[in-house]
Amino acid sequence: MLKLKLFSLLLFVVFFAGNKINSGYQVGDTVKDFELKNVDGEMLALSDFEDENGVILIFDCNTCPYSQAYRERIKSLHANFKSKGYPVLAINPNDPGRSPGDAFDKMVAYAKENGYKHDYLQDVDQSVARAFGATNTPHVFVLKNNKGAFKVAYVGAIDNNTKDAAAADKKYVEDAVNALLKGKEPATNKTKAIGCTIKWKEA
Amino acid sequence: MNKNNILFFLLFILGVPGYAQKAEVIKFDRLEALISQESEKVMVINFWATWCGPCVKELPYFKKLDAENEDVNVYLISLDFVEKLDRVNAFIERKELVSPVLLLDEMDYNSWIDKVDESWSGAIPATLVINAATGQRKFVEKELEEGELEKLIAELSN
Repeated sequence: MLKLKLFSLLLFVVFFAGNKINSGYQVGDTVKDFELKNVDGEMLALSDFEDENGVILIFDCNTCPYSQAYRERIKSLHANFKSKGYPVLAINPNDPGRSPGDAFDKMVAYAKENGYKHDYLQDVDQSVARAFGATNTPHVFVLKNNKGAFKVAYVGAIDNNTKDAAAADKKYVEDAVNALLKGKEPATNKTKAIGCTIKWKEA
Repeated sequence: MNKNNILFFLLFILGVPGYAQKAEVIKFDRLEALISQESEKVMVINFWATWCGPCVKELPYFKKLDAENEDVNVYLISLDFVEKLDRVNAFIERKELVSPVLLLDEMDYNSWIDKVDESWSGAIPATLVINAATGQRKFVEKELEEGELEKLIAELSN
């Protein structure tokens, strides 16, 4: 009987360990430092951004049509906010085994072809995406730098119209960063959007 | 019958065997009504898109479920952009989908995702199973394996 109980307990633990429960960083949480390979071949850590006011961290990829729909808007965010101390940091969390178009060499080619000025890192073991509780691409986390401690200030979508930037009348990320630059908290700090599910490694 | 009429008649006859349903373009109120409607049957509502690999991969399970189970109604909610309607219709024809396909043309995602299910992050594929008779529902946000749909339905039938 005890054996059975232990066995069910084990099953329980294994079940929950194997499933992403809706955890991950919430607004207000401090993010643990991480280091990943950038498309320039160098390792880049979150702590390398300690001199910035914050970071617009975006889980993104080459292959998702929604990421592609947002590509120019992501580049614009970097162009508009890098000089204000909020650069874009894109992270590709997809398992290249399941999504060959997201392999590292493909990322390098994609960044070049599209003239990326922002960093584009590969989360090869998916540990960063798991820590953040990222679920889809593109999925944004605006981080505010508090003397070297990066705190989550906004989680969600870039704006409210994936299809058409001109038709978006709520620019969530832009508004959030502008609020932070004025020393305020974002009025909207959590949104949801349809996106491509992250291609997790097969268990 | 003149020549033109004969031609038209022939085209009509030849065209008929290729009949396939077309996707119906809807707004969120229609989906909301569907979710909350009274039904003796179990409703399986799948959120997908033609460009979504894992969605396309699991579609045969929904097709099979609909074909083999009279007590279940399957609805396929396409999240393709409405501009891609032709592509969705071509897909329906190619895959011979018979379950109703509703293309949800509602871009302000944040305004309705929580109304489908609060646990939904917005990633697809996602599936909502509703047993209106018992008032039970189950929402899953992942690619389903073969047999998993049947299990979900069985869980709601107790």
